[in-house]
Amino acid sequence: MKNGMLTIFRKELARFFGDKRTALAAILLPGVLIFAVYTFMGSALSSQFSVDEDFVPTVQAAALPDSLSTLAGQAGLEIQPAAGVDQAKALIEGQELDLLAVFPADFDDQVAAYDASSGAPAPAVELYYNSASVDSSAAYEMMSALLDSYESSLSNKFDVNPGSQAYDLATDADTAGTFLSSMMPMLLMIFLFSGCMATAPESIAGEKERGTIATLLITPLKRSDLALGKIFALSIIALLSGLSSTIGTLLSMPALMQMEGNVGAAYTPVHYLALCLVILSTVLFLVACISLISAFAKTIKEAQTYVTPLMILAMVVGVTAMFGGGASASLWAYFIPFYSSVQAMVGVFALELNWTHLLITVASNLVYTAMGVWGLTRMFNSEKVMFQR
Amino acid sequence: MSDLILDVQGLRKTFRLSAKQQKIEKTKQKVKVAVDGLSFTARRGEIFGLLGPNGAGKTTTLRMLATLIKPDAGDALVDGASIVSQPERVRSRIGFLTSELKLEDFFTPNYLYDFFSDLHQVPDEVRKPRKQALFSRFGIDQFAEVKVADLSTGMKQKVSLVISIVHDPDIIIFDEPTNGLDVITAKVVTDFLQELRGQGKTVLVSTHIFSLVEKLCDRVGVIIDGSMALCGTLDEVCQGKSLEDRFFALYVERMGKDA
Ligand SMILES: Nc1ncnc2c1ncn2[C@@H]1O[C@H](COP(=O)(O)OP(=O)(O)OP(=O)(O)O)[C@@H](O)[C@H]1O
Ligand SMILES: [Mg+2]
Repeated sequence: MKNGMLTIFRKELARFFGDKRTALAAILLPGVLIFAVYTFMGSALSSQFSVDEDFVPTVQAAALPDSLSTLAGQAGLEIQPAAGVDQAKALIEGQELDLLAVFPADFDDQVAAYDASSGAPAPAVELYYNSASVDSSAAYEMMSALLDSYESSLSNKFDVNPGSQAYDLATDADTAGTFLSSMMPMLLMIFLFSGCMATAPESIAGEKERGTIATLLITPLKRSDLALGKIFALSIIALLSGLSSTIGTLLSMPALMQMEGNVGAAYTPVHYLALCLVILSTVLFLVACISLISAFAKTIKEAQTYVTPLMILAMVVGVTAMFGGGASASLWAYFIPFYSSVQAMVGVFALELNWTHLLITVASNLVYTAMGVWGLTRMFNSEKVMFQR
Repeated sequence: MSDLILDVQGLRKTFRLSAKQQKIEKTKQKVKVAVDGLSFTARRGEIFGLLGPNGAGKTTTLRMLATLIKPDAGDALVDGASIVSQPERVRSRIGFLTSELKLEDFFTPNYLYDFFSDLHQVPDEVRKPRKQALFSRFGIDQFAEVKVADLSTGMKQKVSLVISIVHDPDIIIFDEPTNGLDVITAKVVTDFLQELRGQGKTVLVSTHIFSLVEKLCDRVGVIIDGSMALCGTLDEVCQGKSLEDRFFALYVERMGKDA
């Protein structure tokens, strides 16, 4: 004998995947779009704040001392004498000149005569630049670095980090973990929610709106089977769409963070398993929530309107991942829907996996889902809800 | 009496009217009594017609019998199963057709037939020959793989009809079965209902078309304003007059002279 739940489950999937264009749009498109947008954002960010490798700034100086003109030549800075200070400033404003350096007339003598312990003001060099221009900013950096190193060469007592080895001991894994644990939980909540939104209102409010649910309700099909079959099928579709978005995000991470290699390399299969459990239970809970709301609504549009506040709530809760430095330590946090999922994901991404927290999250999500299925079953049984006008 | 297959006792249904509905119905009453203590019986192998004007409560009665909505009071036994306490049993014993029940546009008649056969738990070896017979009987076979959205109104109605009897029920309840159909398609449907009677099935139809009742029904119940005005065989009800004349006489009697 056939199982009613399985029949509904297969019908829902047949409905979704039978329409190739919608299925592709709902599943592949989010991932591809996210990958394209993030990769573009990453490369746009990096090109916006850096200059070409063989960049030579145009620099003018007033009263350039001999000591610095040789140093500048060695550093690859070509410095022209300034025709006039005001004239040069106007050129910088118009972004035609990158930098103007104004030295005191007898700079070398003043520097040699200056006693730092005297408390008198030190000889001053003025650098004029235009921060709106990337080239000008770069010229400013180069010139200040040159002057700094000249200054320290005059009275070198000690150096900080003089060598070329790596002093930052954070591993790629730590960097990736910190970054991913603040970003991914929110993104995942959004992706999963949109995945549910793409199908649940259509499948439940839509069937009400089109009058096809009544045709199901006059068959001996159990209402609980109808609720379960729909929730499982919708969860699978939401998971697929969430998965594509997640893969798109992870693939674009290196470009976005300007990091080398594979960002996921730090995570072990156990982390992936934990993440899958959290995501799976979260999706079931989300689908149950959205299905319940959709069952109340008379039309798909109405359902989408009712669900919007919930989506905003889920996003706001997702933002909590960015604060607080790591996952919440208090046990009760893992009983709160949405919040528990976000915090459990933070734990996994930050490589601070806590199985107690994780299992509480999964179990509470499943309990809330079961309550949702019970509620949905009652609504399918209620003529007021199903046939309201 | 074993051939009594449908026993309706004192069915009552009221609807709470929203402010908007009150305006549409031009009434100040908060509650609309749609069906008011309706009783009748139907026997195995007969076609029973529920005749009544618009808004009489025909559809509401049939929806209660099909367990889509619950009565406020009263009960009905469908082949021994109560519509109040055993709705699932009732659902597997009846085939119900009304314009309210839609088929998903996206699927084909072939897919839907199998889907509803699954829901009714019809075994594969039974469903196949039954599908073939019904599809060729109604000319659906050429359209078996055409999406419902692309079918004509008449063909949609035929597919709905076939889908409603995938489980070969003993009681068939059709609400306005010929509404919106051309004379040819309507004849196909009425011929089929007579065929079902020939197989010993019980058919319950609702209509406001007198000629349909005269042509088709063995017994008829006249519903006016939610209650049964008269019920019996066609001859008993007509008393030698035409059905139409009898109906108007009853209507004036019930609703007062000014109606
Ligand atoms: N869900 C509902 N809410 C409020 N009133 C309703 C509802 N369903 C039916 N009614 C009212 O109950 C009365 C009976 O309606 P019903 O549809 O049963 O009539 P009918 O005999 O089938 O008429 P028709 O020939 O027009 O189909 C009507 O006045 C209708 O407006
Ligand atoms: Mg009606």
